[in-house]
Amino acid sequence: MDLRNFESLKFFYPEAILTGTILLLVLLDLVLRRKEILGYIAGAGCLLSLYAAVELFGARGGWLFQHMIILDNFSLFFKVLFLLAALLVICMSLDCHELRRVHKGEYYTVLLTSTLGMFFMASSSNLLMAYLSLELVSLTSYILTGSLPHNRRSTEAALKYLIYGGVSSGTMIYGMSWVFGMTGSLDYARIGAALLQGEVNHLSLFMAFVFILAGFGYKIVFAPFHMWSPDVYQGAPTPITAFLSVASNAAGLAIMIRFFFPALSRLGENGSWLFLQGVEWPHFLLFLSMVTMTVGNLCALNQQNVKRMLAYSGIAHAGYLLMGLVVLNNDGLRAVLFYVVVYLIMNLGAFLVVMIVANATGREDLDGYHGLAWRGAAIPAVCMAIFLFSLTGLPPFAGFVGKFFLFAAVIRQGGMFVLLAVVAILNSVISLYYYARVVKTMFFDFPQPGAQEVEMTPSHAALLGFLSCLTIFLGVYWGPLAFYAEWSLRFFVR
Amino acid sequence: MTDNVLTYMTFFPLAGMIVVLMLPSDRHNLIRWVSALFTVPPLALGVWLYGHFNTAIPGLQFVEKIPWIPAYNINYFVGIDGISISMVLLTALLSFLCIFASWGIDKGVKGYFALFLLLDTGMMGVFVALDFFLFYVFWELMLLPMYFLIGVWGGPRREYAAIKFFLYTLFGSVLMLLAILALYFTSEPHTFDMTVLIAQSGKYGTEPLAIWPFNQWGWGFQHVVWMALFIGFAIKIPAFPFHTWLPDAHVEAPTAISVILAGVLLKMGTYGILRVNFPMLPQATADLAYYFLGVLGTWNIIYGALCAMAQKDLKKLVAYSSVSHMGYVMLGMATFTPQGISGAVLQMFNHGTITAMLFLLVGVIYDRAHHRDIEGFGGLAAVMPVYTGVTALAFFASMGLPGLSGFISEVLVLLGAWQKYPILSILGASGVVLTAGYFLWTIQRVYLGPTNEKYKTLPEINGRELFTLIPLGIIVIALGVYPNAMLDLLRASLDQLNQIVIPHLP
Repeated sequence: MDLRNFESLKFFYPEAILTGTILLLVLLDLVLRRKEILGYIAGAGCLLSLYAAVELFGARGGWLFQHMIILDNFSLFFKVLFLLAALLVICMSLDCHELRRVHKGEYYTVLLTSTLGMFFMASSSNLLMAYLSLELVSLTSYILTGSLPHNRRSTEAALKYLIYGGVSSGTMIYGMSWVFGMTGSLDYARIGAALLQGEVNHLSLFMAFVFILAGFGYKIVFAPFHMWSPDVYQGAPTPITAFLSVASNAAGLAIMIRFFFPALSRLGENGSWLFLQGVEWPHFLLFLSMVTMTVGNLCALNQQNVKRMLAYSGIAHAGYLLMGLVVLNNDGLRAVLFYVVVYLIMNLGAFLVVMIVANATGREDLDGYHGLAWRGAAIPAVCMAIFLFSLTGLPPFAGFVGKFFLFAAVIRQGGMFVLLAVVAILNSVISLYYYARVVKTMFFDFPQPGAQEVEMTPSHAALLGFLSCLTIFLGVYWGPLAFYAEWSLRFFVR
Repeated sequence: MTDNVLTYMTFFPLAGMIVVLMLPSDRHNLIRWVSALFTVPPLALGVWLYGHFNTAIPGLQFVEKIPWIPAYNINYFVGIDGISISMVLLTALLSFLCIFASWGIDKGVKGYFALFLLLDTGMMGVFVALDFFLFYVFWELMLLPMYFLIGVWGGPRREYAAIKFFLYTLFGSVLMLLAILALYFTSEPHTFDMTVLIAQSGKYGTEPLAIWPFNQWGWGFQHVVWMALFIGFAIKIPAFPFHTWLPDAHVEAPTAISVILAGVLLKMGTYGILRVNFPMLPQATADLAYYFLGVLGTWNIIYGALCAMAQKDLKKLVAYSSVSHMGYVMLGMATFTPQGISGAVLQMFNHGTITAMLFLLVGVIYDRAHHRDIEGFGGLAAVMPVYTGVTALAFFASMGLPGLSGFISEVLVLLGAWQKYPILSILGASGVVLTAGYFLWTIQRVYLGPTNEKYKTLPEINGRELFTLIPLGIIVIALGVYPNAMLDLLRASLDQLNQIVIPHLP
């Protein structure tokens, strides 16, 4: 279906609710004395929006607002994902010592605006919309990163983020202008049709893709556009780091899959996607994937700051996720969607532990974790171990199943993809070393004299328990989630 | 109850772990007794299993199959046959005894016993799993508790040993994962069911791949998969050159964990080769077994024995003797003769019991003297006569004295090897001499000679320690006198296994 502006509103409730909540927050911020309430209102808005999104699950796919955005299972999948991420991050933020001096009204407003931008990223069907939504997410991310007042690291991180982001999005829009020049359209469907029919210079098309990839790649954080992430992750307040690491990364993947798969490729037999003939794009991505995971893992090996280490681990995971795109089939995409959900759970969990420790001791470096398990924080330490081993990809945790799907997709393709699989497993082994180093510090080292006891609030304990149980549960029984990922792979094309 | 006996054996310890986690952490004795309690049912069921196992059937028994993730054809599928029953019994026995060997642990008691019970579930699961996915999950599940047990409760270099063990094994198992996936996608319909994969073994290509270096070696798909699986298993065995994690892990691990490591974990490597490589990839097995099992096994025997001879640390000596003794298993497997292969599986069981005794005995002396220097003792026989007697029994069993169990399995292996590879058989037999060399030399240095003044007052071995040793000692003697008690269980399945590979031999 192809809906006009007014008809579209019916299918736009999740976004509308989120927008309403944002406006409400701005107003209430002026009136309310007790700013903590704003967090609960933001959470309630997310829940309502989540409800509206789930209500749309049965709806037919289609274009909304005259070909500007697409409603289909794929975009709903990501909307639900972003809302869950936002909800969990709001829960984390409610009791975060770092955020005490942050202006709550602005913080939650910008956080929800960022989520809204991600909604559009996942569902845009027009290059202009894609660019605008990506910029919306970027701008809000800069503000969130720099939200800690009088904190040099935070400000520096925001500035670095801004500069890298500016360059990348400039490059991206340049690439988009090439595509526009070659096809005469900004609309995904028309671009796809024009490319399939017309005689297009393959080299210039390839270059245009590389430029566009700079913008997507900087959101997904893959090499060589990854430089900003360690500084930003380290400098930003921990809940924001968690949010950026999962939601922003997923949004980048969503926009990239949307652009390269349904828009530019055709779905062939057996769920494989036929990309434009003559454009060596998959091999280019294959190379990027290998480089990204290797760079991420090697740099993570010797990090002393846990947040920074997790940033590099995030780069490595971007490399793993690219594996699912490289194979150009539905198996791979399903693996990516599955992994994104699992990654959300385990990565948010890991950052939650980082925050709990920082709340109690004010430290984020590895030395602050000495003997954590033996100083009143056995539960956070055990949960951290679960999340980290899940990130490594060990059964019976969910991360294993995610990696299993990715490897399966790659191995099934055979040929030179086996090489990619081998590089990826070697990387998994390398990654064990730095994840296990944190576990070692928590369990095998004994506390230094005078180390503070670590305590956590009941809400954090509940959240932590929920995330770690989910990590184990999805590692043992993942049928429904795999089914959900499969279901989400229905794109609306035309 | 009897239908799900294997499930009960596998998951009883896991239930025990949950119970232990709920106990108050300062009630040490309560935790110990509860843990012991939860290892009794698997042992009792193991004894029941021994009685009810039908030795005439070569196929699987006590099978349970429940859909787990139907969309991917993954099942909870367990069962045992002659290849696995001895290992299941060994696991049940050693888990029970090791709880008592761990009585002296007084730091983080709750965590220790909870992890130990989790480890127990993982080990049992590996030996009963017949679905490749399930097998892999159990295989990896075992790594986590092992890592913590070595890393938290180990000796001075525990951190290094723990991460080394973890990295080595993970490297092997991810290679295995790729091989599992390759087999999954080659089978039609795609399945992880080992029995189906075995039935389709003819489908895995053997014509040389067009990729260097495989075209030079004439390796096909089957050979590459075989190799990936083999490396995964060889690291666990551990076969040279993947053995270097073993001395570190064994020496640093607490006594009970060394026992589990040597007694059960090492067997998983050879068990995996028998369970997976032999029936699933018979052509590659026939082509590669001589080099990678026969020659490498013989090298393990001699290299391990020579390394053991050079050790100054008693525990390291025992660790290297494991490398040497696992070589017999590999050599026996490579022969494809009834004697060789049943000798190999019997050796897996015997080594499990004997080496468990050895590590327990080392633990006894370490608890008293707080060091393990072979040169630092002398004349212990006068101070601790009972202890010395048990040690002598274990040493003699390990070096293959007739009348004790080690002798039977080693002779069977060498008999099998003589028919196929006379030279390897001779070299392997020389390993027996080297073994006798280092054990006798150790007895001389530690137990005989003038009594060391420092250790005049060492207390004799106590009741709890004897309790862990005596059942093993009885088994060692019993199987030395009447090996058919175990061989009868194995024979039918192993003969069938041989028949799968033999037609492919050149």
